[in-house]
Amino acid sequence: MTVDKKYESKRKAADVFGRVIVFISALLLIIITVSLFLFVTSKGLSTFIKDGISIKEFLFSTTWNPDREVPAVGSLQFIIGSILVSVFAIMISAPLGVSSAIFMVEIEKKLGQKILQPAIEIFVGIPSVVYGWVGLTVLVPFISKHFGGLGFSLLAGILVLAVMTLPTITSVSTDSIKSLPVEIREASYALGATRWQTIRHVVIPAAKPGILTAIILGLARAFGEALAVQMVIGNRPVIPKSFLEPMSTITSIITMDMGNTVMGSVWNDALWSLALLLLIISFTFIIIIRLVGRRGMYK
Amino acid sequence: MNSKLYDKIATIYFYVVATFLIVFLISLISYILYQGRTRLNIDFLTSPPKFMEVGGGIGPQLFNSIELLIITLIISVPIGLGAGIYMAEYAKPGLLTEIIRLSVETLSSMPSIVVGLFGLLVFVTMTGWGYSLIAGALTLTVLNLPVMTRVSEDSIRSVPNSLREASYALGSTKWQTIVKVVVPAAMPGIITGIILTAGRIFGEAAALLYTAGMSSPALNFSNLNPSSPTSPLNIFRSAETLAVYIWKVNSEGLAPDARQIADGAAAVLLLMVLIFNILARWLGSILYKRMTGEK
Repeated sequence: MTVDKKYESKRKAADVFGRVIVFISALLLIIITVSLFLFVTSKGLSTFIKDGISIKEFLFSTTWNPDREVPAVGSLQFIIGSILVSVFAIMISAPLGVSSAIFMVEIEKKLGQKILQPAIEIFVGIPSVVYGWVGLTVLVPFISKHFGGLGFSLLAGILVLAVMTLPTITSVSTDSIKSLPVEIREASYALGATRWQTIRHVVIPAAKPGILTAIILGLARAFGEALAVQMVIGNRPVIPKSFLEPMSTITSIITMDMGNTVMGSVWNDALWSLALLLLIISFTFIIIIRLVGRRGMYK
Repeated sequence: MNSKLYDKIATIYFYVVATFLIVFLISLISYILYQGRTRLNIDFLTSPPKFMEVGGGIGPQLFNSIELLIITLIISVPIGLGAGIYMAEYAKPGLLTEIIRLSVETLSSMPSIVVGLFGLLVFVTMTGWGYSLIAGALTLTVLNLPVMTRVSEDSIRSVPNSLREASYALGSTKWQTIVKVVVPAAMPGIITGIILTAGRIFGEAAALLYTAGMSSPALNFSNLNPSSPTSPLNIFRSAETLAVYIWKVNSEGLAPDARQIADGAAAVLLLMVLIFNILARWLGSILYKRMTGEK
């Protein structure tokens, strides 16, 4: 057998070269993640290190006067605002999302895959500014007209986010329900259970880790959404006392103020601290999802 | 007989939810397109915006969106594909693989505004480029890389092992197998994924506010000198995109027809995303049929 030595060494070299290239690409993901953490952390900590503001004041005070002579950057209202708007949004979208996932997998497979699945994908694809724009031009006047107030409110933010998180929750729970083995359903039917009994006592408990993951992912999306929320909540730096009052969130204050502040000022530093807080929260969500996912029965 | 009744009620409930979602989506899309219908003409799509007077268009913004999308894809697709190949074909279970996976998950759930701030710090300030097309593209790359990696990994993983074995049996190296057999077989999934992420990039605004900027110089399309500020080829000029423009018009728009402009821009944005979605489906099924030899 004759071996073309030159060709042989060339393709061996290509083999090594290819391996190195794809390895570097994968490493780049780590490098980007680490540098993102490092940069945001180092900027975010300067509020506490350079400007001498205590972490306690930042997290637990609601006095937001970043432009005064003695700046106060208490951010509790933004944190509470973010929590309120995303938790209530999830309370609407989670039941709807999980229900439509069950519909797609357990009740109308064909119809679900032909119509609902593409519809959900389109929902995911609609840009957040478009959601915000519709919220601003339809929802806000509607709320103002029928419930009173300006319309720019916690309620508007909740409804916009409910729509935006719905597709996330639906598609992730669909995947998790789909991956359950068909035998557990058959066993349930063989015992004489109705479809609803099977869904309630077999499918939902078995898919629980996946459904929880879906809900946490939805929550993470709601927490991190910036523009759609900012457009409809009125952006007043206070804790809303009712659903109809204007408010602010962590993301909305960053969006609003980042352009008006000078790098290095206390005001600007405080915005970076809020960004750091967002980063920590979103990382926490990821860790929780990993812990929940590990508990899955059927993998 | 109660359980039968509950079963009926539950079934009806699930149908109601599903119907509600479909009706809601259809009315949302038709509302947006209906509101923007008067603006869906060539003049609106190509003319520059006007300041304080009626009749401005979205020409530069639409162009910037497309240019930004292309540059982002040029940067992020090869890297994402590479990382996907590594994760599917080379990565062994272990600490390093776990860290890469955690990085992908962390990056993909990172709020886009945080990624935007990172871009502002690194690509705008540290490089000294200022608000620019390239800073925006690199920021969007950070957003897009984890998605691209996942899509490529999944598509590559779903390639049956028999193909790899056949290739090895012919004496191919691993790299030859990947380049000549595995990646081509995974192409339908990868292309569908690229188009879907393209839709996401096209609609992204939060990450671009402070990286690609909120203004656009008047573009002169006969000027092909890449260093001139009015040249469309200059990647260091600031480049407001369509999505950013919708946000800006609503918050600080001074044109009297700001509402109509935003309606039109929202309709255009939605249409583009729908086109990306349909294109992905259509191309995906065609490529799939060709690969599997069906028809």
